[in-house]
Amino acid sequence: MTKPLLTAEGLTLRFGAIPALLDVAIDVSEGEVVAIVGESGSGKTTLLRVLSGMMTPDAGTVRWLGEEVHAMGEAARRRLMRTEWGFVHQNPRDGLRLNVSAGGNVGERLMAVGARHYGNIRTEALSWLAKVEIDAARIDDLPRTFSGGMQQRLQIARTLVTHPRLVFMDEPTGGLDVSVQARLLDLIRSLSRELGLSVLIVTHDIAAARLLADRILVMRRGRVVEQGLTDRVLDDPQHPYTQLLVSSVLAA
Amino acid sequence: MSALESPRAEGATMEGYNFAYLDEATKRMIRRAILKAVAIPGHQIPFGAREMPLPYGWGTGGIQVTASILGPADTLKVIDQGSDDTTNAISIRRFFRRVAGVATTEHTAEASVIQTRHRIPERTLREDQIMVYQVPQPEPLFRLEPRRAETKRLHALADYGLMHVRLYEDIARLGHIAKAYDYPVMVNGRYLMSPSPIPAFDNPKMHRMAALQLFGAGREKRIYAIPPYTEVRSLDFEDHPFRPIRAPHACALCRSTDTYLDEVITDDAGGRMFVCSDTDFCAERQAATAQEAAE
Repeated sequence: MTKPLLTAEGLTLRFGAIPALLDVAIDVSEGEVVAIVGESGSGKTTLLRVLSGMMTPDAGTVRWLGEEVHAMGEAARRRLMRTEWGFVHQNPRDGLRLNVSAGGNVGERLMAVGARHYGNIRTEALSWLAKVEIDAARIDDLPRTFSGGMQQRLQIARTLVTHPRLVFMDEPTGGLDVSVQARLLDLIRSLSRELGLSVLIVTHDIAAARLLADRILVMRRGRVVEQGLTDRVLDDPQHPYTQLLVSSVLAA
Repeated sequence: MSALESPRAEGATMEGYNFAYLDEATKRMIRRAILKAVAIPGHQIPFGAREMPLPYGWGTGGIQVTASILGPADTLKVIDQGSDDTTNAISIRRFFRRVAGVATTEHTAEASVIQTRHRIPERTLREDQIMVYQVPQPEPLFRLEPRRAETKRLHALADYGLMHVRLYEDIARLGHIAKAYDYPVMVNGRYLMSPSPIPAFDNPKMHRMAALQLFGAGREKRIYAIPPYTEVRSLDFEDHPFRPIRAPHACALCRSTDTYLDEVITDDAGGRMFVCSDTDFCAERQAATAQEAAE
């Protein structure tokens, strides 16, 4: 296995008396898709927020290429967030600027890292809209006129335009209907393979995890109760909670 | 005599007021803010703006800055939309004549302090002059990011992608950058700054200007500055460069073709004329032409 990009160990975070994370360790390697699954309130989203530097843990370290994320200045962390990292929110409204056109949304990250040529920004935006299957004619439309699935695809285009190495995804398929979910998962899978992206995806959808992930972490009450290769964890669950989780998936 | 009282200027006509209206402690506070602003070009410095005897939006910030830099030997010029003879210009000039007893002028060349709203004079300014701008909204990111705490952070991190997104949107929708006034500039390659609502036409004049430029926002309680000979660049794209916009006409009075023009409606039958917005510059040109004709 290649050297891990992101490593974290001993992460602990409490909200008052409630433990959100208890001694969590995780690492993500180049080109690897890691899924974090678990029930609501198990600390999945908190873990993602801590790993991406949005929240500071009570104890433990997160390292990006050996550098401690929480020890970096805010400027360095923001630069990381708009160059080497990407964050796809569950609700596309959190990740998009709704009063800025689709093209402007995709171009924002480019302009934030110093692109100053309108024609090039436009070309890049068009090529990304094509990659996420949004009609080029809608480049100047506002995202609020888009459907939920389109907004989510636009958010992905906007995040990937600067070719990040690691993308955090917080339930990217939440709130979408099943057929749209399937297309979105397909898109995420093909893009991550094509670009050699590392993805850390939080989901409570076991089927989505099986489709996308190389490795799975199962979380419960702030602890990682089981982790391993996706097929191993899902076909041969060891921990009683994982067994419960896998057996409660509805087969269509 | 306490340290806070200043010697009254010769010829001051109002009794019961300190020189230039503000008390000395306030002036000192404003001067400290100005020094800080000059030290960090383009950075907004908060200050405790006082109530002034005119409403917000009429130039309370500019007046306070002028009051704290004015000395008895100064000559003051006040411009409102380029003109020396509109209400605001006349009242502010009279105000300082009464409370400070300073000389006032309508001629750019004679002034040592020029308080302005919406214009920079056409005549090139000198090192011994100071420009004071009245600013309604000092925050260039105001329309894009409503949270002050967040815009402060964006300034601190020089994270100005947002402003370019706005320019991008203009080009995408209208084919060109539509901002014709209050056109955002980068000062000294570091801070994004609102040049106050001057026309984009005046932006290039700020670049490496010999005079010190001070900006006062009374309602928003901010002061910022551009020291002499500082680099001031208007934001643009490589393939959509910044263009100073002016009406494509000659001034109807002085025939100038390179000054900023006002469109004046002369009747209700569609009659209109274009005249220089800088009345002093226009009058000087007319006088020069008349003299040539006479010789």
